[in-house]
Formats: sequence, structure tokens, C-alpha cells
Amino acid sequence: MSILVLADLHEGQLAGATAHVVAAAQAIGGDIDVLVAGEGVQAAAEAAAKLDGVSKVRVADNAAYAHQLAEPMGALLVELAGDYTHVLASASTTGKNVLPRLAALKDVSQLSDVIGVESADTFLRPIYAGNAIATVKSDDALKVITIRTTGFDAVGTSGSATTEAVDFVADNAQSSFVKQELAQSDRPELGGAKVVISGGRGMGNGENFKLLDGIADKLGAAIGASRAAVDAGFVPNDMQVGQTGKIVAPELYIAVGISGAIQHLAGMKDSKVIVAINKDEEAPIFQVADYGLVGDLFEILPELESKL
Amino acid sequence: MKILVAVKRVIDYNVKIRVKADHSDVDLTNVKMAMNPFCEIAVEEAVRLKEKGVATEVVAVTVGPKAAQEQLRTALALGADRAIHIETDERVESLAVAKLLAKVVDEEQPGLVILGKQAIDTDNNQTGQMLAALTNLPQGTFASEVAVDGDKVNVTREIDGGLQTVALTLPAIVTTDLRLNEPRYAKLPDIMKAKKKPLDVKTSADYGVEVASKVTLLKVESPAERKGGIKVASVDELIDKLKNEAKVL
Repeated sequence: MSILVLADLHEGQLAGATAHVVAAAQAIGGDIDVLVAGEGVQAAAEAAAKLDGVSKVRVADNAAYAHQLAEPMGALLVELAGDYTHVLASASTTGKNVLPRLAALKDVSQLSDVIGVESADTFLRPIYAGNAIATVKSDDALKVITIRTTGFDAVGTSGSATTEAVDFVADNAQSSFVKQELAQSDRPELGGAKVVISGGRGMGNGENFKLLDGIADKLGAAIGASRAAVDAGFVPNDMQVGQTGKIVAPELYIAVGISGAIQHLAGMKDSKVIVAINKDEEAPIFQVADYGLVGDLFEILPELESKL
Repeated sequence: MKILVAVKRVIDYNVKIRVKADHSDVDLTNVKMAMNPFCEIAVEEAVRLKEKGVATEVVAVTVGPKAAQEQLRTALALGADRAIHIETDERVESLAVAKLLAKVVDEEQPGLVILGKQAIDTDNNQTGQMLAALTNLPQGTFASEVAVDGDKVNVTREIDGGLQTVALTLPAIVTTDLRLNEPRYAKLPDIMKAKKKPLDVKTSADYGVEVASKVTLLKVESPAERKGGIKVASVDELIDKLKNEAKVL
């Protein structure tokens, strides 16, 4: 077996997700190469070379791959895929954007959001918002797979893979980058944080989300939100935890003013410890919470912050 | 410009699903079905583009069983002009759907194809991207804003950590995210009118597409149930439990 892992980049640097995808590749077994594609990605390539279990890092450093647009990235993967039995990427918005193009052009199916590896051709993946887990077997010659990073613990960084430049440059007259607005935050990224504190509709408005800031500071937590809070305009959509937002599995998840719709639970129920704070003691969130505290969040949050 | 919009019949998003006792699949007997929520957003966007005068015709298409015509009628009631039903009772994976849609794109020559980013049953998030690859057209996935500008379309995409805007040449493929629009409800007179709008029924054989997949569903299981824990009476007790029992602080 030979596996190609498409590296995730965040502002040009290697994103934490990649170490989880390499772990999934190790569970499949075989030679593991990592593809780092973008513009000005030498530092990311060096970081990828340190991931445990990686044999070779293939570096496509070219303006054609800036911002990892789907069309040139798909063409690049098609060019390289012939050397591999499996191509993996994280189920990030980049992996989801790019990998189905490779699958279609190679005339194979894609397995999305894989959370477990049974063998080199049999995988576990959640369906119906995680309310069922499917075991699927692929007889395609090339397995194209996106990995849900919460399903695999990250590999270490004591490796020393070789690096090799990829000369192929994809033509792309169809799409061009216009602009990007990334939320600036000193907090850990939602997907990788050890502690996540999320607010829901019960927060009342966007201003009240500041009540979560002090607690997040003390716990080194990322701040998330339910879809209801996002739809109500309290906070931007990139904070959404749930079926169609971020999937998180931190050590500690604190749900504040969140009732616990199945779509939200789909995004956080694999957290190690769940705390729910809600004034409605019948709220479904309490059915999955290890510790529930019924009460007014506007009294509880300041008290919690002062006592932590 | 013509817009092609693809829709899928799925379990209603409010229904709590059950796994069949023999673990062969999810049990869909007598379960309420509906149009996939992301597809509703796709139909809404297409209809709005027609109302703005950007589009001249909206064609809805679905791949699925006979009952999926309900969802096409819904699309027609929401403002689509005509519909194409590619009828099949088989489990059709994203790749086969994309191949069928590629044939429809070839036939209809739309300026824009709008699809939901994912269906809430299989949660695949693949069909639009596969369609773009098969038709060799550019893609704007997870769209929160679509702005047609001459022979281009600017698509603002919801990406991890923020928003990205890309410019695509037309024709192009767009997949919808939640914040693109708020779909309208169909009004009764429109539902009546929709019954008279044209709906063509085809089969996958008509398009010469083989729908069989090399992926086998071996079994479906319920996820490990998470047991509810305890209620604590105060913030002090909560902190104590997190420190000394759960040991996460």
C-alpha cells in the first residue's frame, strides 16, 4: 500500500489537522507521502517532514496553487494519484472542496468523514448527522478518503522525511482568488482546542458572548456557538459547532444556553466531558451532559469566571 | 441564462432516525421525507436570480424513486419552471448522481448549476464537486453569497476560519451553505400551479449511465450512546467535580 496525504494549510503554515490524517494513514498501513501544495510553503513542507511515519514530502510550491483553489489542486492530485492506492485529506473545507474532484476524474467513489479504519478497504463513517455509523467497503482501485480528525490522535513530530519538489503546474483559466477574510483570534482554533465553550440562543445577543471570554481566557478555550446563535446573527458562522459546522471532540466542552438539537449534538457529542448550563431543566442537552447545571446563565457565568 | 438546480429527497431533518434491527441500513419505512434543506436553499437562490432578471429559466432535477416527484413539485411550487426526474429505486452514490447530472448539463447547457453542499442523509458533500470535475467547469462550494457579473460569477465561500471569495467563469457549479438565503414557503396557489408545470421522467439508462458503485454498505449501527450524567446544584460543585472527578481542570 502507498498513501498520499494532502496537507492542510492555515495561512501558509501546516495546519494541525494533517498530523491526524497521517495517523489515519498509519492505521491503513503502508508507505506514507504528504503533498504540500500552495505558494511559499517551504516552512509547511519542513513541518510536514517532521511528522512521524511520513516517508516523503512532495512539495508543489507554485503560484498556481495559491489559496489551494479546487480546480488546479484537483488537477495536481490527478497527476500524482497514479503512484498511490489511497489518497487522504482532512474533512476540512479544503479537503471537502478538492478531493471529490480527484475521485470523479479517476472514476472512483469517495468516502467522506471517515472516523475509523477496519482494514485497508473497510472504513467507518458517520451518516445522518452521526446518528448512525456505517461500515463501508470500497473495491475501487484507488481509495479517496476524507478523514474526520477527531477520529484519530495526532502523530508526533520526531520524524525526518525527505522532501521532493513536484514540477507539475496546473493550468487554470476558470477560477481566480478574489479575497479572504479570516477571523483573527488569539484563542486556539476550534477544531484543535482542548477546551471549547459554546453559546446558544440563550445568550440573547452577540454582546453577551463576551461573558464567555473571561472563562475562555482562564481555560485556554476556543469559543463556539450553536447554529441558532449563528442564524440569529449573534456571532459569525465560522464559530458554528454541529452537523454542518465544525466537529469538535475536546477534553471539556461547555454548552451554555444551548438546548441541544441533534444537529448540534452531532458536532460535539464525542467530547470527553460535557458540561451543560441551561435554565430549562428539560433541555435535551442534559441527556448527553456529564454535568448539568440548571440556572440563569447570566448569574452562573460571572460566578464561574470568578471562581475558576 | 438558464439555471439547473438539483434536489434530493431525504428524511425530514426533524426526524430522529432508527437503525434497522438487522443493521442493514437506517429504517425509512413510514418516515416523513422532505427536500434536503441545502437543496431548498439552492432552489431559492435560483428563483431569486430569476426574479432579479439574471436567469430566464430554472430547471429542477432529481435522481431518486418515484416518490421524489413530490420534491420536484415542491421546487416547481417555489418557482422552478420545469423539472426532470431521473427515476431509480437503487441506492445511487454521489459519483453516479454526478455522472447523471453531467449528462443533463450537456443536454440543457445551463449557465449556472446550483446544488446543496451536502445531503443530510449520507452527509457526503461530494456531488457538486464531482459534477464540476466531470463537466470540466469551475466550482464555488459552500456559498454564502452568489453574485453574477457578466460572464463571471463571484462566489463567497464559507471556509474554516472565515470567508473566501472566488471569481469563476460561467458556466459554473455552485453549492449552497446555510447562510446563502432563507428559503420561502410555497403558497397554496403556487402549489396548485406547480401541478401543471412540465415534469419529464427519465431513467439512468436513457443517459447511458451505470449507477452501480464499488462501495458496499456492510452494516449500519447506532453510535455508542452517551449516558446522561448528573445535575450539580452550584458553580462550586461543578468546579469541584471537574477538578476532582473528571480531572479536566
